[in-house]
Amino acid sequence: MLTVLIVMFAGALVAPALFARLGRSAFFVLAAAPAGGFVWLLVQLPAVLRSDQEALDGASGAPPSLTVPWIPSLQLELAFRLDALAAVLCILILGVGALVLFYCARYFKSDDPDVGAFGAQLLAFAASMFGLVLADDLILMFIFWELTTILSYLLIGYSRHRLSARRSALQALIITTFGGLAMLVGLVMIGQTAGTYRVSEILASSADLVSRGTIIDVAIALVLVGAITKSALVPFHFWLPGAMAAPTPVSAYLHAAAMVKAGVFLVARFAPGFGETAFWYPLILVLGMTTMLLGGWRALRQHDLKLVLAYGTVSQLGFLVMVVGLGGQDGALAGLGLVLAHGFFKATLFLVVGIIDHQSGTRDLRVLSGVGSTSPALFAVALVAAGSMAGVPPLLGFVAKESVLEAFVHRAEDGVVGTLLLGGIVLGSVLTFAYSARFVWGAFALKHGVPRTDFTRVRTSFLLAPAVLAVASVLFGVWPLPLDAVIQPYASLFPVGGDTAHLALWHGFNLPLLLSVVTIAAGTALYLVRGPFERLQGRLPSARDAEVVYRSTIGVLDDVAVGVTGRTQRGSLAFYLFVILTTAVLTPLTALIVFDAPMPEGFRIADSPAQVVAATAILVGIVAALRATKRFMAVLMVGITGYGMAIIYALHGAPDLALTQMLVETIVLVAFVLALRSLPARLWNRSESRHRLLRAGLGIAFGGIMAVIAMSAMASRNAAPISIAYPGMAYDDGGGANAVNVLLVDIRAWDTLGEITVLAIAATGIASLIFVRGRGDKRRRADGVEDGSVDRGQEPLDAGGRAGAARALAVRFADVSRDPWLVAGRTLAAERRSIIFEVITRLLFHTIIVLSVYLLIAGHNLPGGGFAGGLTAGLALAIRYLAGGRFELAEASPVSAGTLLGAGLAIVTLTAIGPLFLGGAVLESYILEFWLPVFGDVKFVTSTIFDIGVYIIVVGLVLDVLRSLGSEIDERAESDDPVAEDTGSDALVPPATEVEGARP
Amino acid sequence: MTVNITLIVLMAAFFAAGIYLLLERSLTRVLLGLILLGNGANILILATSGPGGTSPLYIAGTPPEEYTDSLPQALILTAIVITFAVTAFMLGIIYRSWVLGREDDVQDDPEDRRVADQDSYDYEDDADIIADTTEFSEAEDPSAADADADRAGRTEGPR
Repeated sequence: MLTVLIVMFAGALVAPALFARLGRSAFFVLAAAPAGGFVWLLVQLPAVLRSDQEALDGASGAPPSLTVPWIPSLQLELAFRLDALAAVLCILILGVGALVLFYCARYFKSDDPDVGAFGAQLLAFAASMFGLVLADDLILMFIFWELTTILSYLLIGYSRHRLSARRSALQALIITTFGGLAMLVGLVMIGQTAGTYRVSEILASSADLVSRGTIIDVAIALVLVGAITKSALVPFHFWLPGAMAAPTPVSAYLHAAAMVKAGVFLVARFAPGFGETAFWYPLILVLGMTTMLLGGWRALRQHDLKLVLAYGTVSQLGFLVMVVGLGGQDGALAGLGLVLAHGFFKATLFLVVGIIDHQSGTRDLRVLSGVGSTSPALFAVALVAAGSMAGVPPLLGFVAKESVLEAFVHRAEDGVVGTLLLGGIVLGSVLTFAYSARFVWGAFALKHGVPRTDFTRVRTSFLLAPAVLAVASVLFGVWPLPLDAVIQPYASLFPVGGDTAHLALWHGFNLPLLLSVVTIAAGTALYLVRGPFERLQGRLPSARDAEVVYRSTIGVLDDVAVGVTGRTQRGSLAFYLFVILTTAVLTPLTALIVFDAPMPEGFRIADSPAQVVAATAILVGIVAALRATKRFMAVLMVGITGYGMAIIYALHGAPDLALTQMLVETIVLVAFVLALRSLPARLWNRSESRHRLLRAGLGIAFGGIMAVIAMSAMASRNAAPISIAYPGMAYDDGGGANAVNVLLVDIRAWDTLGEITVLAIAATGIASLIFVRGRGDKRRRADGVEDGSVDRGQEPLDAGGRAGAARALAVRFADVSRDPWLVAGRTLAAERRSIIFEVITRLLFHTIIVLSVYLLIAGHNLPGGGFAGGLTAGLALAIRYLAGGRFELAEASPVSAGTLLGAGLAIVTLTAIGPLFLGGAVLESYILEFWLPVFGDVKFVTSTIFDIGVYIIVVGLVLDVLRSLGSEIDERAESDDPVAEDTGSDALVPPATEVEGARP
Repeated sequence: MTVNITLIVLMAAFFAAGIYLLLERSLTRVLLGLILLGNGANILILATSGPGGTSPLYIAGTPPEEYTDSLPQALILTAIVITFAVTAFMLGIIYRSWVLGREDDVQDDPEDRRVADQDSYDYEDDADIIADTTEFSEAEDPSAADADADRAGRTEGPR
């Protein structure tokens, strides 16, 4: 059975390609898949019917089954089981499915661009239905259930240019998904209570489960909600008439034969065993009866043939659910008989309507006239199907309805409820007869005063599918024995009350037969007075339509959604932060109060007087930063706090931190100056004072709560730090005396690996923000650059006085021919050059680089390491750039920043995975000891290679910052157009006119 | 463990000033606020790690309790460098925002405002549909405008 399923889904996958090649004839190929499945089903049928329906898998005599493990940890299995109930449904799914696909080949046009996707969806739908009825696992069943929902959405919305199709598709999706979710909850409740999700096992232990009481009652009610929405019962019935916006073959298959039967199937699946739960009969019988009468009533006043059928289907679905849910051997037999009969005749009628629409261009029964005499074959087919629907002997519909009546006659003997039900069913059947007759009249009669409809001849192949189904209605009406044999095994699951019931054309003269005669007579009478009856319906005040309720519900949901979104998503960052931070203050505060947080035993002012001094300096810096009105003043004050931090670290016994903080602070200052030089000097403050107070309050509250949290955290500490042993471990296992560095490159190297990846990403981010297109990694040499051309002309050249004299001096210095101190110093405009700075740079650059390498290598045992070393090298580059301009920086960095970042990451990654090849763990380090000339005995730890990668990445990061915020911004400022490199949408802003601040 | 008041006060001041600046509209101030918050967090880690001591450079024979805790130091070192990268990135953003819009401000998102102001009428949900009794009228022209296709009833005969 897995093969059949897979073939059908695979067919759906290749369908679009088939349609591209074969046009609409591809439907013939697709039809072969369910047709083949149907043959397979017939072959399996004897074994299925012989088997013991209640036997579990593996037991002797169990129905054919198949189990493939899927997600064992979640107890999910691909469990399939072909029992008699599944087989009955498969007859419809595969048989009608094949015929409908066959029919599609004449219904659609080859040049329809969407037909390929349509064919695929229809076949996939058939496959999902097939999987749904075979599934022996609750979750698997739910998955197929939802697959049919989604595919039905796509199929209903086939003509997506029509608003009606889009809206109906969405409406059907929302309703059936709602029901599906309720069902999922119910299924999970059942599965958890039963301890298994296997359907057959759950049914086998149903008596035990039902005795658990409420939880199973509620679970079954939730499952029934799924069935009710899917099978379009009141109050969810309105989606089905809406879904008539689908192409007619879809209506024939989904909304008559297959999908709406899924709900009926679910009821039938749980009826043996769970039919006695608390909510079963109230839901099934009340809603079923209401639906049956309401659908029949509405069907009598529709003018669109398809809507007549749609409301008829609603009515019949109510009927079906009621009979199938009734329980008892006779009820089950009648129910499944009716399911088959309905599948045959309703699909036929839909297909007939499709042909009428296709040939005449309308489905309006007020416009159609004389079709019966123009196309007698079509008329005959429709007459048979409608007769079956109305319950006219000797058709299958009659046979099924007879056994239904018989079952309800038995119930009527038991009491008032049974009598009421019987009366309701007879009334519903009268309505059914009347709308069946009205359908035939509306579609085929030659009407007085209506011109005869143009009707092109129907091709035999087009008529074939409905004709086959009509023949089935006749054949099994006259000879119901095979169907009885197919259904009987399922019916035998129920207790037999009295004689065993059978499907038969002739039961003798009895009450059901009399009721049938009454039905036909009353139905004929109702048909004859259809005109006055329709007018009467129009005059009666109609109850509030369920669809209106649905739409106002959705409308309210929309309003609430917009309201909530509007309140919370204000688009203001400050507002969001305010909400988040307030929560961040209040939540810990509540926790501290409620849980009586521990408070420290003692306080000390400070660890040393120097700490107080440093802290005071920092506090002054903070206050000054808050009050600063000039941009660079604020930056500088924040810088002071940073340097203060370095002192705090140093006093605390953390030389590595002090060193790194110092270096970072310096480079950050450079970066700030470079990036913000084109922005105005003033930092204006636009927020109102009310806001400022609020911000201050929130800030103080946040600071306060952090202080309390910190103290409470320190007071809660009762275990020794895990890092007590780190210095020893670092020395013995990591081969380095500097525990912090060994932590970074060895013990917690994973953290560092993540961190430097972030650094590489940030560097690339900066480059892309400034260069916009690409990283701008192409190297530029100073060779072709004219002397003194860079950064020229920012000030008036003819300025007199001191400025003029200074410039004249500078030009003379620049002209002196001698060896340049810097490679590209000559490219800088004369007034920009500083001899002292150039000389100092020349003297210091290499020294700093050597220092950085020293920090890198020595870092394993002394303060330093890859981060500090890389930052030092970056500072050296910054000095070159500041002294010699952008070409000097380019000359100083023979390798592009991108290459550095890539190389660093590669080195680090290789160091990480290298030990794997030596049989070690990721990031494991080795200590090598050997002798080198000059150096003597050398102890080399492989984690140093990791540190080298870190060093290279940090250099790459600093280089990217200098290149982007420095060189590139210079170049744009000089070309007097900060967006010179950009095109299109970027160039919305006039070029910068004021350029203030520092300049290299 | 006794609590070092100086460090706690310092941390609280960093956080308070950082939040104050973070809630500003000027991007530069927001960035400075972020830096201050970063410093505050580092102080928090440092303070909770206990009193200072010998720097964690291993010397044989020193009792392990005498070293300052090395783990928080590694964490802070990582934080310092990451803050540098983030700061540089934010500087790139500030520059870009200035180039593009001459703005050094955190802007409100007009799209969010539009969501809040939108009408509850939705064409897909609320438009009227005229009943359509055939599938074969304007299927000839799939490019027909939505509204036309929806509103046109049965206009043509069979194909």
